[in-house]
Amino acid sequence: MPSFMVHVVIENKPGISDPEGDTILKDLVLKASFLSVKKIRTAKMLKFKIIEKNKSIAKKKIHNLCDELRIYNPMVSKITIEVFDD
Amino acid sequence: MLGIQIKMVSCHLILITRLPTICVKVGVIVFPGSNCDRDMYHVLRDVFKINTEYFWHEKKLSKNLDAVILPGGFSYGDRLRAGVIAAHSPVISDVKKFASKGIPILGVCNGFQILVESGLLPGVLMKNDSLNFMCEWTNLIVENNKTPFTNKLKLRQKIPIPIANGEGRYYADEKTIKLLKKNNQIVFRYSEIVNGSTFRIAGICNKDGNVVGMMPHPERATEPEINPIDSKPSSLIFESLLNVIGVAH
Repeated sequence: MPSFMVHVVIENKPGISDPEGDTILKDLVLKASFLSVKKIRTAKMLKFKIIEKNKSIAKKKIHNLCDELRIYNPMVSKITIEVFDD
Repeated sequence: MLGIQIKMVSCHLILITRLPTICVKVGVIVFPGSNCDRDMYHVLRDVFKINTEYFWHEKKLSKNLDAVILPGGFSYGDRLRAGVIAAHSPVISDVKKFASKGIPILGVCNGFQILVESGLLPGVLMKNDSLNFMCEWTNLIVENNKTPFTNKLKLRQKIPIPIANGEGRYYADEKTIKLLKKNNQIVFRYSEIVNGSTFRIAGICNKDGNVVGMMPHPERATEPEINPIDSKPSSLIFESLLNVIGVAH
């Protein structure tokens, strides 16, 4: 069976404050005069290596795992999942 | 229940006296990375004379426990999110069973985070607004004095108490906050803005009121030697528990 890399990005939902992103924007990026940057949101990425029949099953398995084990907290966070050939 | 002590007064005279030794039993759960477990044990055992036992997170809880406490610390090094990995520990299924039976359960700091991540309490604890680990004295205001941990406190009573956390900013969506207010589940609020917590929430309980989570550390504030302000209010948190589990302290 083929091997896939599944990237899961966990980030705060829109409307949930992200003080780390705000600090990077305000105290680093804007102070360094990159004035065209308007917003920074931080995120955490988990990279799963998984052996499954196809990309679709691999994505579904990881999505279920993230929900079941509360890899992200659905009250404040959302995930986006991308699958790549390993 | 009161304990019984046998005293040898002389070679012939044996006195059997009733002591205020408290035979109720409280369990303190130890997770990998707990670091306030011994403080909690000390306060329960040495200050309030409660029969206290540690329970490693992989072991089952004794069925005869009268209360369970999840102490503070950094379970699993706060990996992924504070409390989330510990929330999958084997002991948590026992904690859930105890909770459903109405047995008092208190989570302090990381213990609160574990209760939230295990779904026993609603909401989430996020990084403090300042992004700093905050270790300082705060003042709590009692908002619900009907729980097993607050029944000896007065409503709106002020509790000087320390916090020590990096992820202590309570957040819940508007709908959840409304429900918390409606069901009287907000137990403690900070007297002023401390870390950006929604509605300045510092502690909540479940709908039944027997499961309480709080970010500040009452176990660090019950003895005058380590409380420069007033140790009595924090002591009342433990005295409230004794009041409920059968012993007026």
